[in-house]
Amino acid sequence: MSLEFNHSYKLANQNYDVSLKADVLVIGGGPAGAWAALTATENGASVILVDKGYCGSSGATAPSGNGVWYIREDQREEAMKSREALGGYLSERKWMERVLQRTFENVNRLDEWGYPFPIDERGVKHKRSLQGPEYMRLMRRKLNKAKIKILDHSPALELLYDSYGIAGAAGVQTQENNQTWAVQANSIVIASGGCAFLSKALGCNVLTGDGYLFASESGADLSGMEFSNAYAITPKYSSITKTAFYEWASFTYEDGSIIEGAGSKRGRSVIAKKLSEGQKVFAQLDKAKNDHDLQKYMRIAQPNFFLQFDRIGINPFENRFEVTLRFEGTVRGTGGIRITDETCATSVPGLFAAGDAATRELICGGFTGGGSYNAAWAISSGYWSGEAAAKYALTYNRNNHDRTLTRKQVVGINEHHTPGETLGGNELTKLVQAEVTPYNVNLFRAGEKLTSSLLILNNLWKEAKSHLGEKDSNLVRVRESAAMLATSRWMYSAALQRTETRGMHKRLDFPETDDHQQRRLITSGLDEIQVNWDSHSFVNI
Amino acid sequence: MIEVLVEEQCVECNLCVKVCPLNVFEKRENQPPVIARQSDCQTCYMCELYCPAKALYVAADAEDTVDVSVDEIIETGLIGSYRKDIGWEKGYKSTASQDTAYKFYLK
Repeated sequence: MSLEFNHSYKLANQNYDVSLKADVLVIGGGPAGAWAALTATENGASVILVDKGYCGSSGATAPSGNGVWYIREDQREEAMKSREALGGYLSERKWMERVLQRTFENVNRLDEWGYPFPIDERGVKHKRSLQGPEYMRLMRRKLNKAKIKILDHSPALELLYDSYGIAGAAGVQTQENNQTWAVQANSIVIASGGCAFLSKALGCNVLTGDGYLFASESGADLSGMEFSNAYAITPKYSSITKTAFYEWASFTYEDGSIIEGAGSKRGRSVIAKKLSEGQKVFAQLDKAKNDHDLQKYMRIAQPNFFLQFDRIGINPFENRFEVTLRFEGTVRGTGGIRITDETCATSVPGLFAAGDAATRELICGGFTGGGSYNAAWAISSGYWSGEAAAKYALTYNRNNHDRTLTRKQVVGINEHHTPGETLGGNELTKLVQAEVTPYNVNLFRAGEKLTSSLLILNNLWKEAKSHLGEKDSNLVRVRESAAMLATSRWMYSAALQRTETRGMHKRLDFPETDDHQQRRLITSGLDEIQVNWDSHSFVNI
Repeated sequence: MIEVLVEEQCVECNLCVKVCPLNVFEKRENQPPVIARQSDCQTCYMCELYCPAKALYVAADAEDTVDVSVDEIIETGLIGSYRKDIGWEKGYKSTASQDTAYKFYLK
């Protein structure tokens, strides 16, 4: 056993450098995790929050200007109605109503805590937008004030168990020579975000589906994994996946002629089609060219949208620039860990899910298209899961149980180093990306291509089980690659099962919506994946 | 991608080491930190935003490294411009308070 494999060996043998205890463990320090930790503390629980990066700058929210689904009571009916058709009628009014109410109350708390919401010339305060850096810095301050223990740069790598059930998690501290940590807890909130497959979509490279994998390894199931093929318009080289302002864009071929039907909303697939044909696509925000007030507003609303252009000397109103579609996977999709009740419980007792790690079908059905629903969901599901996790932790007494922490065998954490074939984390990542990124497999879906991709991915899982990470000292990447591989298999398994077009899931071979498939799809399992229709019926809608 | 760390500007607060979600920087004893894992950078600009000393510059290209003239980005004020845009510079007010996103929603 060489030294560099020490941390894999140590985890496999439960030889932890740091051992901590709390009532509630929150995995992930974006908005959902922050709200969960704060609410759990307010409900009397001791809390530890672990983040793969830094709670305050990690994840999709921190670097972005975010809309929030903050709607006055008298306008909610219309707000809900406008979403239902887009989402393929897989959302539920009951959930939309409670998310709108909870978001309204919690955003008002942000106001009380000093978030600097803008006030217009008539003295009206506007709360439908949160600037990510400001928002997450404030949340960090609130967590510190509540004396919540935060472990930054401490990716969780697996869940731990005792004779009662789930009982904590273990991981490494990447800034402390990968020393191993374990946290024992009575309940866990998974708030680790969605999965964008290391595509460099803004803030998303920490979002590799880790929470899905942990949940599945512990026996939880997922829902809506077919709604996982979001792509955002970006300048070709750029990470800035902010698409709102392309509403003012026209899209052109290299020679300057207009691409008919191309647009930021419904016309995105036209852009994808041209790109997959190998054509270059250009954009210019020419529809806002002469409106200098508008340009000024745009700049303040989304500063980093303009940062990218300033840095290459392009004026996006005056100049054309080449664009691409960057993959956002489930982050701007709606699939995730299945929620079983109003507390955001999963199908595993004591395990809760919040934010993009959880399914957002409850409020969005099969389509989001914008961050404001995800932001509202993060706030609400974070709040409910934190509250419930605290109650669970403080109610269920484990004293009569053997509290010894045990682990399950999981892909990529190996005690022994066996000679023979190897598969590294980066290598596996590339192989998974090759199946999930192409528009002509994942965006324009059809049975044949999905089937052949899934076959490749299923074979990779067998390889990964046998020898992933055996000669790879980057254990974090090893486990991330396992999570991305599992996620890709759930995605395509569900996509094959849904033989219709609904929400963001578009089947070329089944272009119509089938009323009989107005149900959610539940996905479970790792070695063998099962996909089942949910019993919940939507016939009343 | 993160391209520049101007050592002469750096105040060795190591905030970049702390806030980078991808652990791109490496702390050093009594010296400025270094860009140790550039290819891990996701181009989220958070390091530059938190840097109080205009010592960091993130180029817009997320996929490849590009040549950057340090003199030029200092002269044009591009280095540290994001912190100014957000209003986190000393003596400035957070631009969140002037966030005009509502003008679009009211359209």
